[in-house]
Amino acid sequence: MMRLGLIIVVVVIGGALFAPWLMPWDASVQDLPNRLQGPTWQHWFGLDELGRDILARVLLGARVSLAVGVIVVGVSSLVGMIVGAVSGYYGGYLDQIIGRVMDVLMAFPGMLLAIALVAVLGPSVTNVVLALAVIGWVGYARLVRGQVLRAREFEYVVAARALGAGTVRLLVRHVMPTALPPVLVQATLGMAGAILSEAALSFLGLGVQPPTPSWGAMINGGRVHLLDAPHLTIVPGLFLAVVVLGFNFLGDGLRDAIDPKKGV
Amino acid sequence: MTPVGRFLVRRALLTIPVLLGVATLVFSLMHLVPGDPAQAMLGDGASPQDIAELRASLGLDRPLASQYGAFLRQALAGDLGRSFRTGQPVTEMIAERVPATAELALAAMTVAILLALPLGIIAAVRKNTLVDHAAMTFSLAGISIPNFWLGPLLAIVFSVEFGWLPVSGRGTVAHLVLPAVSLGLALSAILARMTRASLLEELGELYVRAARARGVSPAAAVLGHALRNSLIPLVTIVALQFGAVLTGAVITETIFAWPGIGRLLIQSIGFRDYPMVQGCILLIAVTYVSVNLLTDVLYGVLDPRIRLE
Repeated sequence: MMRLGLIIVVVVIGGALFAPWLMPWDASVQDLPNRLQGPTWQHWFGLDELGRDILARVLLGARVSLAVGVIVVGVSSLVGMIVGAVSGYYGGYLDQIIGRVMDVLMAFPGMLLAIALVAVLGPSVTNVVLALAVIGWVGYARLVRGQVLRAREFEYVVAARALGAGTVRLLVRHVMPTALPPVLVQATLGMAGAILSEAALSFLGLGVQPPTPSWGAMINGGRVHLLDAPHLTIVPGLFLAVVVLGFNFLGDGLRDAIDPKKGV
Repeated sequence: MTPVGRFLVRRALLTIPVLLGVATLVFSLMHLVPGDPAQAMLGDGASPQDIAELRASLGLDRPLASQYGAFLRQALAGDLGRSFRTGQPVTEMIAERVPATAELALAAMTVAILLALPLGIIAAVRKNTLVDHAAMTFSLAGISIPNFWLGPLLAIVFSVEFGWLPVSGRGTVAHLVLPAVSLGLALSAILARMTRASLLEELGELYVRAARARGVSPAAAVLGHALRNSLIPLVTIVALQFGAVLTGAVITETIFAWPGIGRLLIQSIGFRDYPMVQGCILLIAVTYVSVNLLTDVLYGVLDPRIRLE
């Protein structure tokens, strides 16, 4: 399954990177007389409500989804690792304060806080990334904090400290490497989560704004044509589900490879 | 005070700072609006007098500390202000929508449990067989399929093609089926994986082997002995997933025009009805915190080891 996940992820990243060369049609060209046309040899996945090629738009949408995923996971994991490491290593009041802040952020179910933030900041890709990163770092921080708490008592860490290693050197060279494998697993699964969340926000009209193509917005736009042109909804959703499944397979496989006991 | 009493009081006290933090964050939402919230709510064409009046009615003309104090006091008294769009009290409008969301959430969780338990049990009992792999692949697929895609797909098949179920609205049990299934499927996928993991752990325990040695049938050993113990951690997972159900409900209610809090929230965002948005977010978060508190308490009462931690 991990191999399948890797193949899906590689194909999608390749498709997104080379989208401009792969697309048989320009994603913005409108063929209004043939709008809502189903799949044909010319347009494999048909045309949307404005007569635009759905395959081209799905490929461009992949770029948006992956870009949001990479930035959100990158920012969240970096902030989470720093906060978690500092909190776990120093302990005391700092740990208590960070712990309470995390408790408050965790008190909001799933994406609710992201919806609220984008609602007040205004719908845009930047605000989606910001909102998802605000809720995203907590998971990494908790994970890293736990790892650091354990690792700081390891003999080689104690020995390094006794030899006079500074805090930054201790954390970066000796403590953090033990936390990296689980962070990598969480980041892979986090890509799936971020892509889904971006699509959900765009579906609700709070994310990527037209005319930029986004899978969530495409699914939402297709709902009006469920009766006469279901391919408008089916195609972007299928791509979204397969990509998310790919990252989930990959993350699951990585987790099993790193810690077979935790394999569910 | 008895140990159980002490545990309950301690756990309840720990919730207070979290609730205060939640309220503070919800209060700050209005102040995160770029520019003037009153201007944003009224739009560009509003006169300065209208904006000033709205600012006064929202209390935005007062110092921040005074606004914050008033927000907390009023929220404690159950007053979350008035809807900008309808003029009705926010709590009143939310209260009208609570039964619909509660109905949907409960139905979705029922669907999830009914699907997950058999799937997880079969996968655990038939570990590493084709059945297990199929069940777990189905489960991972369930997690990966977004409910905002599954919902319309189910509507295409069961409402448009077969005409069996209504496509939107609330009223009869038939109206509930599609929203509950589309919301419950992802949850069932997670629960099935957890059921399998939890049951596998118990199946390896000595007491299960002892039961088998005493002549207890394999089915009775699994269902009567191992499953009962594996259900305890599952209660926590179900409660933790309640948050995902509440968030999922926001999307599901939007798709199926289900008149609950989630739909009210999205509509209010569209109208820039910030008091309403704050009210919905606060209510959902407080509900989530309360459910977690209840679960912890229940878990602590059921399992004395938790109380000692």
